[in-house]
Amino acid sequence: MSLYHVQKLIYQLNRDPSVRKQYEENFDALLAGFELTAEELRAIRDPDIGLLYVMGVNGQLLMHYAALRGYEWDAYIEAMRQGEQRYGPVRTGLYKRAGGSP
Amino acid sequence: MSLVFAGACSHAPGITGRAHRADPAVRDRFYANLDRMRLALEAARPDALVVIAAEHFANFFMNNMPSLCVGMGESYEGPIEDEEWLRIERGRIPGAPDLSQRLITEMMHEVDLAYAQEWKFDHGIMVPLHFLTPQYTLPIIPVNINCQGPPLIPLERCWAFGRALRQACDRAPERIAVIATGGISHWPATPDSGKINEPWDRAFLDKFLNNRRAELLAYTDEATYREAGQGGLEIRTFIALAGCTEGSRGELWFYAPIPIFAVGCTVAVIDIAPLAGGRAAAA
Repeated sequence: MSLYHVQKLIYQLNRDPSVRKQYEENFDALLAGFELTAEELRAIRDPDIGLLYVMGVNGQLLMHYAALRGYEWDAYIEAMRQGEQRYGPVRTGLYKRAGGSP
Repeated sequence: MSLVFAGACSHAPGITGRAHRADPAVRDRFYANLDRMRLALEAARPDALVVIAAEHFANFFMNNMPSLCVGMGESYEGPIEDEEWLRIERGRIPGAPDLSQRLITEMMHEVDLAYAQEWKFDHGIMVPLHFLTPQYTLPIIPVNINCQGPPLIPLERCWAFGRALRQACDRAPERIAVIATGGISHWPATPDSGKINEPWDRAFLDKFLNNRRAELLAYTDEATYREAGQGGLEIRTFIALAGCTEGSRGELWFYAPIPIFAVGCTVAVIDIAPLAGGRAAAA
């Protein structure tokens, strides 16, 4: 539905142990509680870190989700670079203000 | 009493989390200056340390984002991040709720504030505390300035907040230390992570250390974003400290870009001068 809901999901995952437990036990049930488009759901489930970055997810949220999904630091940075190559510049959010790559 | 110590330092998570990947010679000089700052802080014998920070969606989100928030908790927990990722063990940090409440009440004459009795510290506070009070023995009063989710508080309001904090400290009997922690130019957690605009940083630090109010408040978010990255918006913490130490000059103990830490690593200490004027003068 919006960048807001994608970021809110990741915000709650990052900070709330009970949400993290839901993620571990029943990710689909957790995702059902947020208004997310099919593209957003795919990007979160896969995960497609590059697409999440291009969607505008703030790196301060995204780097923790990437770590949760097993991305080491360099792999996280590379995933965002590949996301820009594959999907184009950042679409919305703070990083869009400089026309994509800040 | 009053303000007994004021300083500024960096807080990037790589400082601890990716320590093993930095050039040891530069990293160790940086760490040595953080330790020097710890010794200076201890020598000032503060009753509490106010940490003016820019958190990163640990407690505050766009559902209810305060521009300014001051902690009023009995204690705090941190780090909120994965302990292995940040390489800082999770612990409980003592607060100073009575002093917090008095400072907040006093500051409210000048600025609108939110307060919080619950707060999970992220790297923005935990990395400085890891070096400055590693056993978490010093009571902490956290301050957050929203530097992440625009619209952001204007720079002149950060100065006004800092000045209000100083006036409140001056009216309290306790010995109070204040640090500001933020990046200067940096592009953290983005594909440009590791990029640092050293000339921009040094120009900013010169204005900050000489407390040049007009020049500090002349920065615009548009230009800062363009030249110093989204992380540059955290200059708000430095500007709040400059307001808190209005009329004072500082000394730069350390500055060096450390790309794997994704920031120009900074340690600075302010030589605190008395604040001119009182509440009426600032109104």
